[in-house]
Amino acid sequence: MQKVLLGAEAIAQGAIDGGMSGVYAYPGTPSTEITEYIQSNKYAREQKLHSMWSTNEKTAMESALGMAYAGKRAMVCMKHVGLNVAADCFMNAAVTGVNGGMIVTVADDPSMHSSQNEQDSRYYGRFAQIPILEPSNQQEAYDMAYAAFDLSEEFGVPVMIRITTRLAHSRAVVQLSPVRSQNSLKLPDDPRQFVLLPNIARKQYRKLLAGQSLFEEKSNTSPFNQYHEGTDKTMGIIACGISMNYLMEKFPEGCPYPVVKVSQYPLPRKLVTRLSEETGYLLVLEEGYPIIEELIKGYLEKEQVKGRLDGTLPRDGELNPDHVAKALGLPVHKGNDVPSLVANRPPALCVGCSHHDVFKALNEALKELGDGRVFSDIGCYTMGALEPYHSINTCVDMGASITMAKGAADAGLIPAIALIGDSTFTHSGITGLLDAVVENSPITIIISDNESTSMTGGQESSAKGRIEAICEGVGVLPGHIHVVLPVKKNHESLVKLIKDELNYPGVSVIIPRRICVQKNRRDIKIKQVAKSI
Amino acid sequence: MKTDIILAGVGGQGILSIAAAIGTAALNNELYIKQAETHGMSQRGGAVVSHLRISDKPIYSDLISEGEADLILAVEPLEALRYLPYLATKGYIVTNTTPFVNIPDYPTAEEIMKQLHQQTHLVAIDADKVAEDLGNKLASNMVMLGAAARFLNHIDLTALEKGIAELFSRKGEEVVKANVDAIHAGKTLVDKQFQD
Ligand SMILES: Cc1ncc(C[n+]2csc(CCOP(=O)(O)OP(=O)(O)O)c2C)c(N)n1
Ligand code: SF4
Repeated sequence: MQKVLLGAEAIAQGAIDGGMSGVYAYPGTPSTEITEYIQSNKYAREQKLHSMWSTNEKTAMESALGMAYAGKRAMVCMKHVGLNVAADCFMNAAVTGVNGGMIVTVADDPSMHSSQNEQDSRYYGRFAQIPILEPSNQQEAYDMAYAAFDLSEEFGVPVMIRITTRLAHSRAVVQLSPVRSQNSLKLPDDPRQFVLLPNIARKQYRKLLAGQSLFEEKSNTSPFNQYHEGTDKTMGIIACGISMNYLMEKFPEGCPYPVVKVSQYPLPRKLVTRLSEETGYLLVLEEGYPIIEELIKGYLEKEQVKGRLDGTLPRDGELNPDHVAKALGLPVHKGNDVPSLVANRPPALCVGCSHHDVFKALNEALKELGDGRVFSDIGCYTMGALEPYHSINTCVDMGASITMAKGAADAGLIPAIALIGDSTFTHSGITGLLDAVVENSPITIIISDNESTSMTGGQESSAKGRIEAICEGVGVLPGHIHVVLPVKKNHESLVKLIKDELNYPGVSVIIPRRICVQKNRRDIKIKQVAKSI
Repeated sequence: MKTDIILAGVGGQGILSIAAAIGTAALNNELYIKQAETHGMSQRGGAVVSHLRISDKPIYSDLISEGEADLILAVEPLEALRYLPYLATKGYIVTNTTPFVNIPDYPTAEEIMKQLHQQTHLVAIDADKVAEDLGNKLASNMVMLGAAARFLNHIDLTALEKGIAELFSRKGEEVVKANVDAIHAGKTLVDKQFQD
């Protein structure tokens, strides 16, 4: 059987067919489609594979580890910055090891198409000292997800699958393998394996260290890594992940240089050593940071290596076939230049979006106090930084609005405002709110509640129907929690409410609530389809 | 034989449906495809692009190289210009002329058309008007697909129709027919331009 799948979907299908019992994830471009695919997959639904969204990446990672503890196969998915949130569990899961197989799928976003940075998750994989798989195409994405559970169970550690935006969001035909059944429930053989008290942790960590040479040997013989012979030995090429495709694109009749294709890490030392011995110098093609380049070159630069560090390839951004062509000294036949009148077209808030009403009211309420005191967060409302509102002053990491506002208030910037979305609030805002409540910080928190995780496509928000209760439970005084309807006719009253709360020297929460127009449209469509069936 | 297509537009204008229709048709004809899409933030009214590659041989790169696109198919005229570096010397631009103005520094329609007409191979039609005349405003993307039909190697109109039927079958026969009509309208209009 074959299917046309996005790279992200291929991972989902591979995990389903590989005997997965559940996926845990918080949405984030370019990883979202993995979980969405599993949520809508017929077989996954029939088998009741877990696929509900988690509240954030940390809760997702921990739940997946729990499922793997119980002997079943679990996958956790996130965008690259999500792994920062889940890093504590991730690092320690490498030490506890797993019982059932566990895949940590991380989608990086080089060029920052939809992200705050372009960090390379392979560093995290190396940091945790676990095997990493990096597919070069959609078929490998499928095959790797299918095989990663075996790898994870063979070595008893989580395995990372790392993809980048381009592969995640590109479609091709994928051949499917036979569906395997799920593991049955089974407790770990060693009942203390998951208890990371120092004594046990030291033992577990030594086990992980002892595994390193085995992981490397596995990389040397992995079907995903290959040594391709070449006749021109002036240069040897190491092509990681998707860059292999760009290389092949430039040499459809076969590459004249010897090539080591790397799609499984740790680096296959035998293949790389051979390449280095047989060729004059090395060129490293990798999507992301120059991690392999740096590793091989070494601090003292004893090995002659070209790549992103010496300017042969751009230092930042995603790779493409043109970069690779230039690095190989091949001609590029660029078409006409883009005329100067072609203005950028950045994303913008939809017509009718509730965030418009919030920004209008906020801007007016802040007129007298002046700019520079609105700490915001990540979501559609981040576009309030752009024309025409210029309302917000920060967007750093999920949840940072509340805690940065608190810190600024501590420094004397009073009042400070936090502007956060509903999904971001439940993702990482609640603990920060507790900090503010504990010290009764003079901050006004606006939770712009569109009952949706909109930026990533309108997933259900864990916050739905719970925000006031959460705020009250955390200790915000009920008299300073307000739910309002952000529409034009309520503009004046919303302005007044914000002004009043800015004057209150403690924690207040204003919740403008109106469903995201896109989410609403989609929900109606889904209902109509459900009705017609 | 390969066809490399840059599909350009603004988030929400339906270029993914065009890509899906061509892709389905290509697969029915047992061709290889790769289709790189824009998901995420830009889908909120930002510039979006899809690299669609069709070939009778295996395809490696998900992205088209600069200067190698056989076709820029744009559902918005400013977006047609954004990807000129990708167009091959012999390549065609097939574009809708109705602007989608959602930025303050959007150039005038005359300026854009002047730039477009400086390109060697241009087909420009008012797809929004054609769609409106058909009584189906939302089908302007399918009108553009029809307009591009003559430039799609190894995929004829019947294959496109079949692709549409597969894609939209869940939405009912009426929707399929409306989309097929839109393709025909686009194709007829462009074929006439080439006869003149
Ligand atoms: C740690 C982390 N996880 C996920 C994301 C991706 N992400 C960006 S915005 C967003 C949704 C925000 O939803 P909400 O706060 O409700 O705002 P809305 O977009 O609905 O306005 C997500 C999931 C991210 N940037 N960082
Ligand atoms: S998707 Fe929803 S939240 Fe995002 S801009 Fe559009 S209406 Fe607003």
